[in-house]
Amino acid sequence: MSEHVVPVRAYLTVFAVLLLLTAATTWVAFIDLGRLSVVIMLAIAVVKATLVVLFFMHVFYSSRLTWLVVSTGCAMLLLMVVFIAGDMIVRLVPTDGPSEVASPPPEAFSIGALPSPGRPLAPPEH
Amino acid sequence: MAELAHPVAHHFDDAEQQHEAGQLGMWVFLVTEILFFGGMFTAYVVYRSLYPDAFAHASHHLDVRLGTINTVVLISSSVTMALAVHAAQTGSRRGTLVWLILTALLGTTFLGIKSYEYAHKFHEGLVPGPHFTYPGPDAPQAQLFFGLYFAMTGVHALHMVIGLGILAWLMRETRRGRFGPAYHTPVELTGLYWHFVDIVWIFLFPFLYLIGRH
Repeated sequence: MSEHVVPVRAYLTVFAVLLLLTAATTWVAFIDLGRLSVVIMLAIAVVKATLVVLFFMHVFYSSRLTWLVVSTGCAMLLLMVVFIAGDMIVRLVPTDGPSEVASPPPEAFSIGALPSPGRPLAPPEH
Repeated sequence: MAELAHPVAHHFDDAEQQHEAGQLGMWVFLVTEILFFGGMFTAYVVYRSLYPDAFAHASHHLDVRLGTINTVVLISSSVTMALAVHAAQTGSRRGTLVWLILTALLGTTFLGIKSYEYAHKFHEGLVPGPHFTYPGPDAPQAQLFFGLYFAMTGVHALHMVIGLGILAWLMRETRRGRFGPAYHTPVELTGLYWHFVDIVWIFLFPFLYLIGRH
């Protein structure tokens, strides 16, 4: 069989890196970096997931067809997140400064049945 | 050879093609899993961006220490699973069995710590529903946070329980000498599943426990 047997040393190296990154992300969580800390923690999680996919899940050594399926899955996830995040950003970020367009009323920030940000949820009606 | 011969199904040219097809099928399933969990993560991101302060406040009720320990436990179980696959590939039946047992033990440890956390939340009244008790004015949003917390970690834990069941089956089949260098597809595919569940936790940990912590 032509499959690739990943050497134990590679597994242990990836394991050590994963542990280091776990320590790093926990450390970052407790220091004040403002909005940057979310970006760093997300980047660390993406790096960790990529290491697991490439080496533990053998994708690094897999056929092109496997690469295609894996990247399609990730691309679909990215599409979902990016479009929904874009929608959230245009609804939630008010434009500053004077503008010819009147700033939207507070109701514009509510999404469908969701309450406006900062206002408590209404109790369910029965 | 100690291992039993594994037949090649008639619609495959050879064992290698059959092996490739198995891998591909598993990855297609995992892609549906990526999007399944992705939907929940997206819901979480939407509500988190709507109520950032309430969510940051609510996440302080989670125990970072236990979350970090569980992350290390799960990553370790991923390594032992990878080593089980390695042992099966290199024809070590005993090695396969030992690594599978270690993987199951680490998985059980994870679930044990998780259930301890759940029990704690029940005692504190942080489970969404009629008995939800939360100090502070942003209780409704916090209830939303804990709803997402229980849904996401609960579905993740369910995946772990299913994984443990498959591991038990693999141990039995390994003892019977079904796997070896020529045929070990079930060990490999279970490995893929187990690593995927690990990846989900790699994202759950910072999202639920860490963001907004300092």
